Amino acid sequence: MSPSVPLQEMIRAIRSARTQCEERGVIQRECAAIRAQFRQSDNGGRSHNLAKLLYVHMLGYPAHFGQMECVRMIASPRYSEKRVGYLGAMMLLDEKQDASLLITNSIKNDLAHSNQYVQSLALCTLACMGSAEMCRDLAPEIDRLLRASNSYIKKKAALCAVHIVRKVHELGELFAPAARALLSEKNHGVLHGAVVLITELCERNPETLERFRKTVPDLVQIMKGLVISGYSPEHDVAGISDPFLQVRILRLLRILGRNNEAASDAMNDLLAQVATNTDSTKTVGNAVLYETVLTVLDIKSESGLRVLAVNILGRFLLNNDRNIRYIAMISLQKIVGTDHNAVQRHRGTIVDCLKDQDASVKRRALDLSLALVSASNIRSMMKELLLFLSSCPLELRSQAASGIFNAAERYAPSQRWHIDTILHVLTTAGGDVRDETVPNLIQLITNASELHCYTVHKLYRALITDITQQSLVQVACWCIGEYGDLLLRGECQETEPVQVTEDDVLDALETVLQSHMSSPATRGFALTATMKLSTRITDNVDRIRSIVSIYGSCIDVELQQRAVEYNALFKKYDHMRAAVLERMPVIEKNSPGHTNGESMGETVKEIQPAKIKQAESLLPPQPPNQVCDLLDLLGGSEETLQPSLALSGSAPGLPINTGSTAGGDLLDLLGGLEPTPVTPAPAVSVYEKEGVTLTLSCEKQSDTGLTVTLTASNSNDSDISSFTLQAAVPKSVQLHMKAPSGDSLPAHGTAKVTQTVILNNPNKVNLKMRVRVSYTRQGSAFQDMVQIDTFPGL
Amino acid sequence: MMRFLLLFSRQGKLRLQKWFTTYTDREKKKVIRDMMMLVLARAPRSCNFVQWRDLKIVYKRYASLYFCAGLETQDNELLSIEVLHRYVELLDRYFGNVCELDIIFNFEKAYFILDEFLMGGEVLETSKAAVLRSMEDADTLQETMEEYMSKPAY
Repeated sequence: MSPSVPLQEMIRAIRSARTQCEERGVIQRECAAIRAQFRQSDNGGRSHNLAKLLYVHMLGYPAHFGQMECVRMIASPRYSEKRVGYLGAMMLLDEKQDASLLITNSIKNDLAHSNQYVQSLALCTLACMGSAEMCRDLAPEIDRLLRASNSYIKKKAALCAVHIVRKVHELGELFAPAARALLSEKNHGVLHGAVVLITELCERNPETLERFRKTVPDLVQIMKGLVISGYSPEHDVAGISDPFLQVRILRLLRILGRNNEAASDAMNDLLAQVATNTDSTKTVGNAVLYETVLTVLDIKSESGLRVLAVNILGRFLLNNDRNIRYIAMISLQKIVGTDHNAVQRHRGTIVDCLKDQDASVKRRALDLSLALVSASNIRSMMKELLLFLSSCPLELRSQAASGIFNAAERYAPSQRWHIDTILHVLTTAGGDVRDETVPNLIQLITNASELHCYTVHKLYRALITDITQQSLVQVACWCIGEYGDLLLRGECQETEPVQVTEDDVLDALETVLQSHMSSPATRGFALTATMKLSTRITDNVDRIRSIVSIYGSCIDVELQQRAVEYNALFKKYDHMRAAVLERMPVIEKNSPGHTNGESMGETVKEIQPAKIKQAESLLPPQPPNQVCDLLDLLGGSEETLQPSLALSGSAPGLPINTGSTAGGDLLDLLGGLEPTPVTPAPAVSVYEKEGVTLTLSCEKQSDTGLTVTLTASNSNDSDISSFTLQAAVPKSVQLHMKAPSGDSLPAHGTAKVTQTVILNNPNKVNLKMRVRVSYTRQGSAFQDMVQIDTFPGL
Repeated sequence: MMRFLLLFSRQGKLRLQKWFTTYTDREKKKVIRDMMMLVLARAPRSCNFVQWRDLKIVYKRYASLYFCAGLETQDNELLSIEVLHRYVELLDRYFGNVCELDIIFNFEKAYFILDEFLMGGEVLETSKAAVLRSMEDADTLQETMEEYMSKPAY
């Protein structure tokens, strides 16, 4: 057993160890020696040993065997041993250890000790690691000490009481009277402790808060004393008298003045005085000003004072010290909702802070800039934000991107600007945007119908430059698929057109399909786009067929399924291909951030299996009925799969199908509804083109039900055949289409075709209906769409 | 209130740790690791405030030591910089031109000074002179021949 080495020598030995292994060896030897010493009875070096153990503990080595020694040392009569014992207790014991309960009795005895330093040790330890039980046991003692005559003890007791209240909330009531009394002390330490205690009590209990409102005049008095008084060497920090106490009093005033007119009035003058008189050249002055500003903005202050506060924040923003600017931005963030205009005045400085080197400042500036975007400054702000996006640190990128999207959505001055902005973000930070950006952007593009040409040109250019940004590639593929014909036409007003051939376009899509960098979703987009192009291009349909059939044996199940179905479209259902792959109608957005789920291409795919199944089960009936079935599938529906596209891929379509092939007993299926479409309601002509007239009349069946009758007639010289109507309604409205009375319109209006549509509008939304008319006349197919916004008789 | 106060060197060696709330040993180790990573990675003239989880971290570098404190949301960060500075001043007055070695070899004294200045995460005594006076008195109470003999000759 090596002789006990004094603390410093052990430290020196540990520090001189050259390797971790050597250090561990030294420490193990020392710990063994210490353990042996602990087992011995009282000797002079006990405090040394414990101190050594605490050092070892700080280096990160286990020291739990010292816990009992701490307990023993605390109980020792010698002050030196008590001191180290309590230190050990604070370091090794916490409320989760069982040994901590053992010291409760020692603490209790020491709290009543004659020597104030022993008392203070006990108070300090209790405030550091006192558990709830210990606090409950010793609370009365602390209360007694709060009323002692010794300020040294009073200030410590006050903070100990704060800890007790934090641990056991109910004991707050116990300390309230003593806390009140402490406010009349002169000693700053005691005052400070009292203010902290009162703050804690008021935060926890609203009734206590009410009671302490009466102290506002006293607090104002104390504060005035601090602000006006001359130099006091004890408490002066760079010209401010006791800033710690000032800040705590301001914080307490904030809590007391919140939501209370009277209290706020009482402190108005004081706050104005502090705000104007405090010297703001040093950090300490700014700390007091900061707390003052927070208080002014939180209580019911008068407007002049608020303006003063915001001006102080404005001054902070121009300060050279980064800390002050950071603080200013945090505070401005809090009030940007309420005092928007005041903050707008400082927009320039805030935007400049976006370029600051410091990451914390950048983050705050980003938050604040996004909050300051408004309709009037959107263009200039967006320029700055996009610049920021290209150079911002990685952890801020997704936040910046989503913030830019939100701002663009709310304040976009024009659709073209909106699309440009989103494209810009996708090219710079495409990897960090959220998933719903792709459907949102697609929806935006479909809505801006006059910009289709411009958009597809831009996207094509972006695609051939870079195929790594998945979101951008997905949107580009979708657009090329949809508007490929516009791209190939090679003319565009808004931007310089690209002269592309069909081969170029197909090459680009194939590159995406084959690239390793494309995610499975992106490849799905590309495949669907390739397929869609088969109806929009003329020469290279064979190439598309070969691409599609190659992917029929792809390992990726998703791609394989798509390829197989598209193949089927080519082979068996070629006559349907045009209808299936035609342009998407405008999507109605349900809500901001509404995720339409996967790409629009999926809907085409989803229809396929349903249609193929339906068509197969109905193959026996003649072709015209098949077209009818298509009509019912696309036009009739129970439930809408996508908003505004009335699709039915499910069984409800079937009864109507069989009904229609049976050619008649629909009425039984739909049961209880008016069989004849003849209604007393007026008929309104909703469509008149090329000699085809469509009139509409409707009749209310119930509170939410409506029967609409569409009547078509042909005033041309030639007959019309294969006349079909398809209808789409808003999402919450249910639609049943009965079979039409026929599908041919003889010339000169000799006969009419009527179609009844049953609508159910349970949510009473604004009823709109889009009807698509398609027919064949003189060997050529016609198609048109009409939107009905008003229904006569409604 | 301050949740914790850590002192560590540029090489990542912990010199002092004071916890004002209850953390398990594992949590303490994680906090220490995170703080070191967070603070040591900061550029020289950057802002002294960092947001970490739900706490505001205030740190200041004095020579080779980083002083790092974790604050709650309602605390005044600028004042905490003053608190850290006051602690350094107290150490300086007590040890006479304090350096890192003083804190290493007399770590228990550093803790005692801290306990006279802060308690329960709040400032206990706002007067520098008062803290130093109480330290002196307590030391006198403790001083025995033995202690006097083993004081290092720095």
